[in-house]
Amino acid sequence: MSRTPAEAGRAPRRVVVVGASAAGLAAAETLRREGYDGTLTLVGDEARAPYDRPPLSKRLLSGEWEPDRLALRAPADLDALGLDLRLGTAATALDVPDRTVRLADGSAVPYDGLVVATGVRPRRLPGDERAHVLRTLDDALALRDRIRPGCRLLVVGAGFLGAEAAAVARQAGCEVTVLEPAAVPLAHAVGERVGRVLSEAHREHGVDLRTGVAVREVTAGGVRTADGEHIAGDEVLVAAGSLPNTEWLAGSGLTVRDGLVCDAYCAAAPDVYAAGDVARWDHPLFGTSVRIEHRTNAAEQGMAAARNLLRPEARRPFAPVPYFWSDQYDVKVQAYGWLRGHEEVAVVEGDLSARRFVALYRSGGHVTGVLAAGMPPRAIRSWRQAVATRATWQETVENTTAAAT
Amino acid sequence: MSMRVELDEPKCVASGQCVMAAPEVFDQRDEDGIAILLEERPGEELLDGVRDAVAVCPAVAIRLVEQ
Repeated sequence: MSRTPAEAGRAPRRVVVVGASAAGLAAAETLRREGYDGTLTLVGDEARAPYDRPPLSKRLLSGEWEPDRLALRAPADLDALGLDLRLGTAATALDVPDRTVRLADGSAVPYDGLVVATGVRPRRLPGDERAHVLRTLDDALALRDRIRPGCRLLVVGAGFLGAEAAAVARQAGCEVTVLEPAAVPLAHAVGERVGRVLSEAHREHGVDLRTGVAVREVTAGGVRTADGEHIAGDEVLVAAGSLPNTEWLAGSGLTVRDGLVCDAYCAAAPDVYAAGDVARWDHPLFGTSVRIEHRTNAAEQGMAAARNLLRPEARRPFAPVPYFWSDQYDVKVQAYGWLRGHEEVAVVEGDLSARRFVALYRSGGHVTGVLAAGMPPRAIRSWRQAVATRATWQETVENTTAAAT
Repeated sequence: MSMRVELDEPKCVASGQCVMAAPEVFDQRDEDGIAILLEERPGEELLDGVRDAVAVCPAVAIRLVEQ
């Protein structure tokens, strides 16, 4: 078997990045920053220049911002990267032995280094071709066009995306009903107590939040629940989670299991890396394989994948402390770490009921996450250190209690 | 030629990622966490950290421009 360019110690000359959103762009930019001057192809299925997604459910949806504010880079900065830019063209297949990416326009792009950053798409429901989803700028503009006072909006799913959109619609005067299958929204992500506190904000703002309600299908005039009840609405937003875009990798021989499976270096195969929402990798800090749909992770992982691709001899495990934030009404939620699957939550500052607090999350014997709501944003940064250093739960929480008395 | 940092304050979401990437160049306001630019024209030795900050800023609020 012939050695790859990287194994032979030769620098790659043809790098292809598939996915032109935050992760793909960060990878492309980092390659150039690190001195890569070969051909750099950036493939994106959307026709638009790379744009930022978090505002889609926040200030773009509310009308505070127009689409031009979402550009990830100024046109001049994008030009300066010297890209072979293939926008509006999805990748359809990957041939690993042949080192070729096939595109929807019939072309085949050869590579000696590849970054897969194809992201996720919304999970669909039967009948939801008549419903809204919220992933692309076009999705957000279509929903924004319908949000007006008195409009009855049904939001399927009370995750962060659904919650943010519900908050925007409510503040714009819509009658908003949120349907959530779990007993407590966000419980799997932030725990029951914190999930309950966050969901209270919706009820206080007049959102009709119905938990334990699974939606079976979208109908012409609303949705039908698993119990057969019909709930009427003028518009429906399906915000029921996402699925990684990995279908185009079928037959490539790469391992796909809820994301493209990578090692700790974001490598899925020699010279093939992944970054962003689509990537599942072994996180050294949490001892488990994770796939993270956070804006900050997309950029950080794009950078890490690009560096490891360029310099495999100096490669580094990708061990970030994940970060996310969410704006719901006047409460800003920020979190660091890996909160999913946690075994215990302790409030170490503030007061849950006042919706001003810092909560720590425990997995095993360590602090693995921290979440703050309604606190000065820099308050959480000192707690981030506990996550980054795998501080023991006992010492951290005991010290806090001691300091408080 | 020198490099100048631009901070689009209304875009900032107070994540503090820039402060961790380049603490000599950025800080956060106490009350709301919005980023503060400490050094509009950082020296060469700080530029790598600034480039990291540009890349990880979740709000795309930082730009590094050549003068």
